[in-house]
Amino acid sequence: MNNVNPMDKAHTQNPLVTVRRGRLMVRGKDVTMPVILSVVVVALALIASPLTNGVFFTGNNLTNLMRQMTITGLLSLGMLFVILTGGIDLAVGSIVGFSAIIAAGLTVRGGFPVWASFLLGTLAGAGWGLVSGFLVAWFKLAPFVVTLAMTTFVRGLTYVYSEIAISARDFPSFTALGSALVYGIPISTMIMVVFFILGAIFLNRTPLGRSTIAIGGNAETVRLAGISVVKGIITAYVISGICSGVGGILLASRLGNVQPSLGNSYELDAIAACVIGGANLAGGKGTVQGTVMGVLILAVMNNLLSLRNVEPYWQWVFKGVIIVAVVLLHTRSQKRG
Amino acid sequence: MSLVFHDVRKSYGSTEVLRGVSLQAAYGEVVAIVGANGAGKSTLIKILAGAVPKDSGSLELDGQPLDLKEPRDAIRQGICTVYQELSLVLELSVAENLLLGVLPMRRGLIDWGAAHARAKEILASIGFDTIDTQAKIHDLSIAKQQMVEIAKALVSKPKILVLDEPSAVLSGSDLESLYALVGQLRDQGTLVVYVSHRLKEVLELADRVVVMKDGFFVAELDPKEATENDIITLMAGRQIEAIYPDRRERFGEPALAVDGLSRDGEFENVSFQLRAGEILSVFGLVGSGRSELVETIFGARRPHSGSIAVRGAAKHFTMPAKAIKTGLALVTENRQRTGLVLGLKVGENINLATMRGPFLSMAKRRSNAEQMITELSIKPQHCSNMEAWQLSGGNQQKVVLSKWLLTNPSILILDEPTRGVDMATRVDIYQKINELAVAGLSILMVSSDLTEAVSMADRVLVMRHGQVVKVLDAAQTSEDEVLAYAIGGHYE
Repeated sequence: MNNVNPMDKAHTQNPLVTVRRGRLMVRGKDVTMPVILSVVVVALALIASPLTNGVFFTGNNLTNLMRQMTITGLLSLGMLFVILTGGIDLAVGSIVGFSAIIAAGLTVRGGFPVWASFLLGTLAGAGWGLVSGFLVAWFKLAPFVVTLAMTTFVRGLTYVYSEIAISARDFPSFTALGSALVYGIPISTMIMVVFFILGAIFLNRTPLGRSTIAIGGNAETVRLAGISVVKGIITAYVISGICSGVGGILLASRLGNVQPSLGNSYELDAIAACVIGGANLAGGKGTVQGTVMGVLILAVMNNLLSLRNVEPYWQWVFKGVIIVAVVLLHTRSQKRG
Repeated sequence: MSLVFHDVRKSYGSTEVLRGVSLQAAYGEVVAIVGANGAGKSTLIKILAGAVPKDSGSLELDGQPLDLKEPRDAIRQGICTVYQELSLVLELSVAENLLLGVLPMRRGLIDWGAAHARAKEILASIGFDTIDTQAKIHDLSIAKQQMVEIAKALVSKPKILVLDEPSAVLSGSDLESLYALVGQLRDQGTLVVYVSHRLKEVLELADRVVVMKDGFFVAELDPKEATENDIITLMAGRQIEAIYPDRRERFGEPALAVDGLSRDGEFENVSFQLRAGEILSVFGLVGSGRSELVETIFGARRPHSGSIAVRGAAKHFTMPAKAIKTGLALVTENRQRTGLVLGLKVGENINLATMRGPFLSMAKRRSNAEQMITELSIKPQHCSNMEAWQLSGGNQQKVVLSKWLLTNPSILILDEPTRGVDMATRVDIYQKINELAVAGLSILMVSSDLTEAVSMADRVLVMRHGQVVKVLDAAQTSEDEVLAYAIGGHYE
C-alpha cells in the first residue's frame, strides 16, 4: 500500500541505528535516555580521579560508595514499582526507621535470635506496605495522602517503641551482615544487587510485574483485560515495604546503634533516583536499569562532593540542580518525538 | 437464540439510561445498533462487557443466565468488546497490549519471543500484518492503534465481538480491511454487535439494524429495505429534510492566505486562500498531514518555511494565544483530550477561552454559558452546572464549539467537527456551521468523513502524504473523485 503512515515505516524497517527527531534509535527502540544516563555516569567516573587526587578509585572509597548507595538503591527499587502504578510512597523513610528499631529492639530487649529479628523487621516493612497499598487500591485514596499519613503514623510508632537509641553493638551476629565484606564488596550491596535482578525479572517477565506498569499507563484498560488492578497496586506497595524493611535491617546492622529518627527523609533520594532514571511520576513509564543509573549518579555525585570536602548543604544544592537538569534533558528528548 | 437481553434497565443517579431493553441475537450474524448520542448504546455495550452492572432485567447466553460482575466474567464467557475510546497502554508494545492478561509463559516467566511470534500470527490472520509488534503504541498512527485494539479483542477467539464505532478513525484501505474482517468473523460463526454512526456502512455490513432512542429500542430494520433517511428519522424522532444545508453563493474578501507552508516530515509547500463566508474542507487519509497543517496555522506548531497572512497582513504566530487575538479559533480533533476539561463544569468549559483580566465576572460567565447552551441546543437543557464528562459525545462537541464561538472568531478551524457524533446532533452542528458562514466567517474544516467533506464545503482541498494534490470545487466534484485524489489513483 502506498498510504502507509511514515511513522509506521520507521518501525517496519528497523535500521540498526538512526536519529529521528532528536531521539536515538537502535533497531527501532528509543535508547536516548539510557545513553544520556550512561554518558553522565561515565563522565562522573572520568572526572572522579583527577577531581579527588586519585582517592575516588581506592578500594576503601569504593567500598564506602557501595555502602552509601545500598539503602538508597533498595528504597528506589521499591519506589519504582509504586511510581510505575502512578503512585508515590512517602513512607519508605519511616519504614526504614521502624524496621531498624524493631530488629534491634527484638534482639537486644526481646532476646530474639538475630535471624528472627531480621525476618520480623522485613515483614513489618511488608506489612506497612500492605496497609498503604490496600488503602490506595481498595478505597481509591490518593497515594500521596495515604503514604503521607503512613509516614507520620509509622514514625510515631517508632518513637512509641523507643524514644532513645537502641544499641546492638554488643551482638556481633547482629552487626555482621551490615559490615561484612567479600573481596571489598559489602554483603549488603550484594543483597541490593540481588534485589535489583529479581526486581527486573519480576517487572519484565511476570504478568503481575507487567500489570504494575500497565496500571500506571491505563488502569481502565487493565481492568477491562480482566486483570486485577487492586492486586497490582497492592503488590507495588508491598514490594516497596519489603525493600524498605530490608533497607532498615541492613542499616541497623551496619550502624549497630539505631536511632528512632533513622531513615528520615530517605524517601526523597529514592524518588529522585527514580526520576533521574527516567520514571514518570504520572505512572506507566520507568525501568529498573534507569533506576540503577539514577542511584549511581546520586551516589557518585555525593561521594565526589564529600571527597572534595564540600559542605553537605552544597551537596543538597547540587542534587537539586542535577534532578532538574536530567529531567529537563529527558522531557526535551521526548517532546521532539 | 444465543444471546438474549430481557428487559434490561440502568440508571445513573436519577437519569434513566436504559429503560427496558430486550434483544435476541444469534451466532453468525451482524447486528448493528444505531442511535443518537445519549440513546443508551454505550451503556448497553458496557453491560454486555461486564464493565457496568445492570439495575434489573436479565441476560442469557446459550440458554444459561449470564451473570456479569466484572469485565473478566464477560471475557471468560467469550464476549469481547472494542470500545470507542482507545484503551491501549501507550507505553507498552503492540505485542504486550494484544496479549495483556494472556502473555505466554515458560518456566514461570513471560516468554517474550513467543509473545511476539504469537502477536505477529494474530495480526497476519486478520490482515493487519503491516503493524510491527515491537512498536510502542504511542508511536503508531491512530488508525493503526484502532486496528491493534480490534486485534486485541480477537486474541481470545470470542463468540461475541462487540465493536463500538470501530470505523470512526479509519479510512481507505484500513476501512476495507475492517469490513473484510467483520464478514470473515460472521462466516466463522461469531456474533458481531456493531455500533456505528456511519449509516451507509451499517446498511452494507449488518444483517439487522436496531435503532435506539432515549433508552429504548424503537425499531428493528432490514438493511436490504431501509434507507439512511429512515434510520435518521427514527433516531431523531423527527423528520429531517436535509442533512446538509444549502451552499451559500457569495463570498467576501480573502481572509486567510497560506503560502508555501512546510513542516519537515508532516506537510510540504501547502498554499491556499480562504475567503470570508467560505467553507474549505481539507480531506485526506489518516497520516496525510491534515491535523498538523491546521495546528500550524493556529500557531500550535511552528512552520519550517512558508507564510501565513490574515486579511492581507503577514502573521507569525508563535503561540495559539496570538492566533486567537487575530481572530482564529481551532476546535481540536480530540474533544476528550484537548477540547474539554472533563472534570470542570460545562459553564466553565464554555468560558475557558475567554477568561481574561485579573477578575472574572460571574454574571457575565453565567449569561455567556446560558446563551451558548440555548443557541446550540446543548442537552440536557440546564447543563451549565453539570461536569463536562456527564454529557454525551455530541453535546460535548457542542460545548467545545461554543467555547470557541465566544471568542468571536473571524476564521474558524474545525478539526473533525463531527467525529463520533450522532446524526441528529450532526445536523444541528452543520446548521450552525452554515449560519456562521452566512454571517461571514471563514471556515476551514478538516474531515475524514468523505460525504461531509464534500457536502458541507464550497471547495475541497485534498491532501496526500503531506502535499496538496488538488483543490476541487465542491459543487462540481464527487466523493469518488475526492477519494481517488486522496488515495493517489487516477480519476477519469
